[in-house]
Order: sequence, then C-alpha cells, then structure tokens
Amino acid sequence: MFGFYIALAVLLVLGILLLIFRITRLVNVVKGTGDQTTDSSNNWNGIMMIVFMVVFFGLAAWYSWAYFDDYDPPVASEHGELTDKLFWRTMWITGLVFVITNILLFVFSYKYRYNKNKKALFYPHNNKLEYLWTGVPAVVLTWLVISGWMAWDGIMSEAPEEAEQIEIMGMQFQWSIRYGGMDNNVGEYDYRLIDPVNNHGMDFSDRGNFDDFLSNSLVIPKGKPVLLKIRARDVLHSVFIPHMRVKMDAVPGMPTQFWFVANKTTEEMRIEEGNPDFQYELACTEICGDGHFSMKKFVTVLEPDEYEAWKAEQKSWLSKNPDYMAQVPEDMKELALVTAGINE
Amino acid sequence: MATAEAHIDVHAHDDHHDDHHEQSFISKYIFSTDHKTIAKQFLITGILWAVIGAALSAIFRLQLGFPEADLGWLRPLLGKWISPEGALDPSFYLALVTMHGTIMVFFVLTAGLSGTFSNYLIPLQIGARDMASGFMNMLSYWFFFVSSVIMLISLFIETGPASGGWVVYPPLSALPQAMEGSGLGMTLWLVAMVFFIASSLLGGINYVTTVINLRTKGMTFSRLPLTIWAFFLTAVIGILSFPVLFAAALLLVFDRSFGTSFYLSEIYIQGEALPNVGGSPILYQHLFWFLGHPEVYIVLLPALGITSEIIATNSRKPIFGYKAMIISMMGITFLSFIVWAHHMFVSGLNPFLGSIFMFLTLIIAVPSAVKVFNYLTTLWKGNIVFTPAMLFSIGLVSVFISGGITGIFLGNSAIDIQLHDTYFVVAHFHLVMGAASSFGLLAGVYHWFPKMFGRMMDARLGYIHFWLTFIGIYSVFFPMHYIGIAGFPRRYYSFTNFDAFSGFTDLNMFISIAAITTFVGQFIFLFNFFYSMFRGRKAPANPWKSTTLEWTTPRVPGHGNWPGEIPKVYRWAYDYSKPGAEDDFIPQTVPYSQTLESNLPHENDEIALEKEMEEEEIVVNESRH
Repeated sequence: MFGFYIALAVLLVLGILLLIFRITRLVNVVKGTGDQTTDSSNNWNGIMMIVFMVVFFGLAAWYSWAYFDDYDPPVASEHGELTDKLFWRTMWITGLVFVITNILLFVFSYKYRYNKNKKALFYPHNNKLEYLWTGVPAVVLTWLVISGWMAWDGIMSEAPEEAEQIEIMGMQFQWSIRYGGMDNNVGEYDYRLIDPVNNHGMDFSDRGNFDDFLSNSLVIPKGKPVLLKIRARDVLHSVFIPHMRVKMDAVPGMPTQFWFVANKTTEEMRIEEGNPDFQYELACTEICGDGHFSMKKFVTVLEPDEYEAWKAEQKSWLSKNPDYMAQVPEDMKELALVTAGINE
Repeated sequence: MATAEAHIDVHAHDDHHDDHHEQSFISKYIFSTDHKTIAKQFLITGILWAVIGAALSAIFRLQLGFPEADLGWLRPLLGKWISPEGALDPSFYLALVTMHGTIMVFFVLTAGLSGTFSNYLIPLQIGARDMASGFMNMLSYWFFFVSSVIMLISLFIETGPASGGWVVYPPLSALPQAMEGSGLGMTLWLVAMVFFIASSLLGGINYVTTVINLRTKGMTFSRLPLTIWAFFLTAVIGILSFPVLFAAALLLVFDRSFGTSFYLSEIYIQGEALPNVGGSPILYQHLFWFLGHPEVYIVLLPALGITSEIIATNSRKPIFGYKAMIISMMGITFLSFIVWAHHMFVSGLNPFLGSIFMFLTLIIAVPSAVKVFNYLTTLWKGNIVFTPAMLFSIGLVSVFISGGITGIFLGNSAIDIQLHDTYFVVAHFHLVMGAASSFGLLAGVYHWFPKMFGRMMDARLGYIHFWLTFIGIYSVFFPMHYIGIAGFPRRYYSFTNFDAFSGFTDLNMFISIAAITTFVGQFIFLFNFFYSMFRGRKAPANPWKSTTLEWTTPRVPGHGNWPGEIPKVYRWAYDYSKPGAEDDFIPQTVPYSQTLESNLPHENDEIALEKEMEEEEIVVNESRH
C-alpha cells in the first residue's frame, strides 16, 4: 500500500511538471520568443558559469584544506616519502594549471557572451602562441617525467642482498605468507605439489624449504629492506599496503616482487595517529572474484631486534607437519630434521 | 568528373527506388542503407544502452552509498540477486560494475557516438550523396544490433553476466570455476564483442573510404571541418586496434573452450591443479590494452571534433589554430598506439618497459594541452551564444581539463604505484573519457537535432539538463579523487573490512545521491528528445547560422541529401565574423569572387583558381553532351 502511494506521488509530480512545461511553452509561443536564445537566457547562463566556478572552487578548496588529514594517509616507507613528494609536486603544478584554465574558460564564457551590437574578433591562428603552449607543457612534463623516472628506477631496482625474503601468495580469497626462515631463503615450489595442507606447494627436494615457516600476518622489521616475493595460486591478485605505498600484481605462473624499507613501527604509528588500535593493513587491488573486497592481512612493523626475536620463535612448517618428511629425499632427511628443528 | 558521375549514378538509383520499394517501411526504416537513417538507428540504440548502463551504476551506487539499506524493493527487477535480508549480492555487484563499463565504453560511447555522428555527418559535411557502401553501413548497424541483443540477454541469465571487470582479465575470466560470471555470461560477452568488433570495422572502413573518395569539388583535406578530421582519425584508430581486441578475445575463447594455455599457467583452483602451463596473463593485458588505450581516443576524438565545430559556431569565431588542431589530433592518433602499457605499470611488467611507457604517455599530454589552449583562445573575444550544445561543449572542455590533469599523475609510474586501481583512476577516466565523451554526444544531439528531425529541441529544458548534469558530474567524480588519494581500491563491494578504508561513508553517500540525481535528470533530456521529435517547433534550414555543408540541405534532407547538384566548396569551414563581411558567417559554398569585401589578400588569389575550376567544368560538361 505504501508503495502505491509513492508511485501515485511520483506520477502526480511528473504530471505537474509536464503541465508547467506545456504552459511555459504556450506562453512562449504567444510571446513569440519560442526557443530562440534570448539575451536573458544568455545572461542567465553566463552568470551561472561564474556562480558555478566560485562555488566549485570554493567547495574544493574548503574540503581539500579542512579534511586534509582524512584523505592523506600517513606514509611509513622510505620510497613512499619520495613518491608522496612527487605526488604533491605534481599536484601543485597541475593544480595551478587546472585553476587557471578553468577560470579562463568560465570567465571568457561570461565576459564574451552574446551581444548583438558586437562582432567577434576574427583571429584564426597565431603560430607563436602555438609554439609557446606546445613548448612550455613539454618542458614541464619532461621535468616531471625525469624526476618520476629516477624515483621509479630506484624503487624497481634489484633488492639488496640482505633483504628479508618473504613470500606472499594470493588465492581466492586470502593471502598466505611464508618466510625464508633462518637461511632467509624462500624455498622452491611447484603448483602440482599443492594440497589442502601444503598450501604453497613447497617442494621438499629443495633444502631451502626445510626451515620455512608460515605466518598469519605480515611481520616486518623497521629500517631493513624487505623483499616481497609475490605469487598467485588461482587468478590475478594485487598486493597493496596503502601506508607503505606498495602495490604489485600477483600473477599465476609469473612470480613478481617488490622491495621496500618500512620506516615506522606499528607502535610509532599508533602514537603518531593517536590511535592505540592502529594496524597496518594489506589489501587486494586486482579484481579476483566475489570475495575481492575482503582479502585482508594485518601488517606489523617491529624494531629490528624485536623482529629477530619474533622470527626465532617461529616453528618451521615441516616441524609442524612432520608427515611431509616422507617427501624429503633419503639423502637429505638428516639435514631436514636438523634444519626444520624437529630433532632438538 | 568523378563526382558528377557519382551524382548521376545516385539519381539512377533513386529512380529505381521510386519505381519499386521506396515506400516500403522495412527498407526505409529497418534495413535502410541511407546513412541518415542508420545514424538515427545508432543514436536511438545508443540512448537505450545509456539508460541501461547508467541505471546499473545507480544500483551499485546504492550499495556503495547506503551499504546498510534494505534493497528489497529492487527484488522485482533483480530477483535472487537481492538476498532475503535485502542486501545486494556481492557477485552481482561485480557484474553490475563490469556491465556498466562494457556498455558505456563500447555500446554507448563507441557505437552511440561514432556510429551516430560519423554516419550522419560525414556525407553531409563533405558533400556526398551517401556513404561509400550503404550496404556495409547497414551491416555495421545490424552487427551492432546482434551484439546488443546478445549482451542484453547475458544480463538475464541465471549465472549472471560477465563480472570480471570490463577488462575481463584472465585467468579470472577464463575459469568458470573462479566465479559465476565467468560461465555462460562470459561466453555471451565474448560472442557479443566479436559481433561488435565486426560492426566497428565495417563502419570504420566505410568512414575512411568515404572521407578519402567522396569529398565534393573543392573540399580539400585542408578545408574539412574538424568534425570530419576527428571521425576520420577515429576510424583509422579503430581499424588498426579493434582487430587486436579480436585476437585477444579469440585466444580467450580458445583457453576457455579448447584447452589451450595462451593466458593460463600453473593454476591451482578449487582443490585442483590445472594442466595448463606456459601461458601468460600479461599477454592478454598487452593485447587488451593495445585496443583498450586507443579506445579511449576512439570515444574522445569524435567528442572533441564535435566540440570544435560547436564552439566555433557559437563563439561566432573561427576555431583557433585549425592546423594545430589537426596536427595535435594526428599526434594523439599516433601516440595512442604506443602508450598502452601505462595501464600495466604494476602488473609485473619489466620496470624498464615501464619507464619507456611513462615517457611516451606524458608526451600525449602535450597535444591534449594544445587543444585545450586552442579552445580557450577560440572563446576569447568571441560573441558567445549559449545554446544547449554550446553549454555542453564548454562543459566538455572543463571536464577534459580536470580529468586530463590527473592523467599526469597516473602516467607517472612512480606515483601510479599508490594510485593504480584506486578511485583516483575511476575519477580520472570518468571525467576525461566518460563525462567528456558523453558531453560531446549530448552536445552533438542538441546541435544536429534540427537537421536530423527537422525540429528544434526545447532550449530551456536543455539549459536545465545541462546545469543539472554538469553540477552532477562534478559532484560525483570530483570527491572520488579524495577517496582515491586515501587509497580506496576499485571494484570493492564494501569498505568496512579495512580500517584504512572505512572513512568517507558520508562522502560516498554524497556521491551516490549526486549520481542518482544526475541519472534521474537525464530523463529531462529523454523527454525533450522524444517530445521534440514529434512536437518540437519546426527548425529553419540553418538554425545556428553555421558555415558547413549540412546546413545547405533542405530542412529534412531526403535520400541523396541535396535535391539538385551537390554544392561545391570554396573555402574552409570557419569563416565566422570575418571583417568586412555583412553577416557574421560565410558558408563554405560561397566563392571568394562573391566576397571581395571580406577577402584576405591571399584569398584574392584563389579567385583565379575558382574561375579555372568553373571553366574546366564547363568544358567537361560540353564534352559529355
């Protein structure tokens, strides 16, 4: 019944609007103004241009200023500070262009609105102007490109030798994280070895796997390079740690990587943000199916000594799943028992 | 001469029609080979698709703006996609996003825009009786129609339409077990796209052929209106890039149905290791974006062409820098083919390749900037008449600036790391491509409606429609920049899982309200469009006092466009407010010999050429008799 009333109300409003439309049209026909653009409609539209410009810039400036802290996420990695600097530099330059060109657009529209006593200026071309506004953007863009390229080159360079090796694997709809263990070497895998327990398909003929351990959250040290070895098990995913300015797709069949240095521990960030519950988060940014929006992992940044202590506490995967000793080749069983910490 | 002969041929053709089936409804309105009818078919189909595409976005905006709301009232429409608790199904949310993108990019802004205006304006503005091949042109529409029907059916099947995003990246789109939408819905998507590509190619080949071969006497390339230049270059881009999408789709079909491994490798899904090895999902991304990026210009260039024409006409000024406009469009055309990998900076692409594509991408900002400055200078010291078409053109320039500028952030691979696949990207391409092209489409409809239907659209409703849309578009997409800078990822059904993304519920609500209001506002346009078609005031032959050839036709041009001879062209399309001239415009058909008072010094030299041309014609005609 309620729905019926809403439908009735909508119909009535539409009917009234139609009536108003008909009446104004008839009035116009009688007056003879019809659909011609008149001085008044021209003035009205010109004034609207200025009103729009003022309100639009006003609102944008107010929001950008008042809510800055809400939309500018704090940065917690070394390269992130660099890319943020580039971002804001680009923002100032392009922001200036944005404001100037839009002001010119709206002001010209208003100022040069139709006047039947005037004639437009016949001004078909001016090559000097064309060269000027080809050249200036080209120079500014070159500068932006070169600074961007230098940053990009550094971020994408080979990871340092001593970087902590951590494998992060995307699957529908979660992340699984594997550490290289004491030898800091993430072992070989084969997707055909994956089973419900051996999630990562670790290949136990590779000794690199004996001391590897899995972790429920991504724990990393502050101030030390971390190399994320990224892979996907089923479809594309993408690793995104917003506060670290880290993003890289996870591709089935093609391992990717991203290395970075976190420079604020979770504790430090909690104090900086004034939020005792603050946690770094890791999300998926490549559409991967129904649960795409829920692929979350917590990221914890520890002081280097805390990190080493945490790492030492972790039990190797093999020691937790001793059944898989059967997959270890005979000649390496001894080594595996020791490395995995089963025989202590 | 060639044109004269063509003219005679067409007449013979006409007579034939008169004898037999000129009156047949089917050949006149359905399987028509007349470019004007085909253009209207594209336009009406495009408008219907736009309503569907926008309605889909209104539904997912409800979910994003009001995640707690009871959507039970949508159940008559969406059925099982609304849960018993009244929540939108997450997999259908992805389907909505996917179909919104597909429909808007391909069916509305490619077919609806190019299909309508290239078909309508090319013969009329270059002075031709019709397209080079009317039959191919008809096929082009009907392939599009078949494609539309298949895509529409896919919306209603049980497993839902394709839902891997409009880019349909494999392996997600290749594996039916990965999501419901990758089953039959995806198959239909691929089949529909194959028909769509065929339609685009048939259209494109026709546009290029027509522009090159059927220009009337005196219509040199340097006298073509910028609309035609834009349509011409758009068609060239389409012809070169759509086949690559076809290849991408074909290989995907093979992977889906015939067990090949072009895109698949080392996949373990649903407890099963698939046998495919050696393929690469990145290969698909390269092939897709080799079309996907030029596609941006396929939808944008026609809009820019339309705007150039409308801004010049309504500023009563020649377009500033006609040659620079052509050169920058050519530059954009060329560069559009070598920037595609900027969509893939963080896809695992070789970082060195990333640097190369960053350089190439930022170069494309230069011709775009030149175009903007030329528009601004065209407005400067003009005598601007605010028709609804002009308002939308000015709006286009504004959103083109706002959206273009954010491209400089995204084209910079270092900055793109953080912004990639966030709402910043959504804001960027909706402004620069979605809004700009839609404004171009709407401007074109308002401007050429009088020629299409012989009646005027209601200007006041046009003003209301413009301001509502303009304010609405900015209200929807400008706030998305903030959400994007904050890092919110695209294609998220809900943001409450993450502390980092849980803010901005109020801003998301604001965006949703603005989006739905803007959508509802479009019905003003629809009403105006259909009402004016039948009840609008009769239009004069040249309502905007424009110089181009289409306004020299009768009020409603019939088959063959001009009742007598095809007009000859003596000057460029932008002689507005020429000093010394009596009127503030001189049509292209007026020879310099008749405008001695306003000729520029070098134009007086043309008079001799005009005489030669006429004498030559007399000789030809005499030799024929």
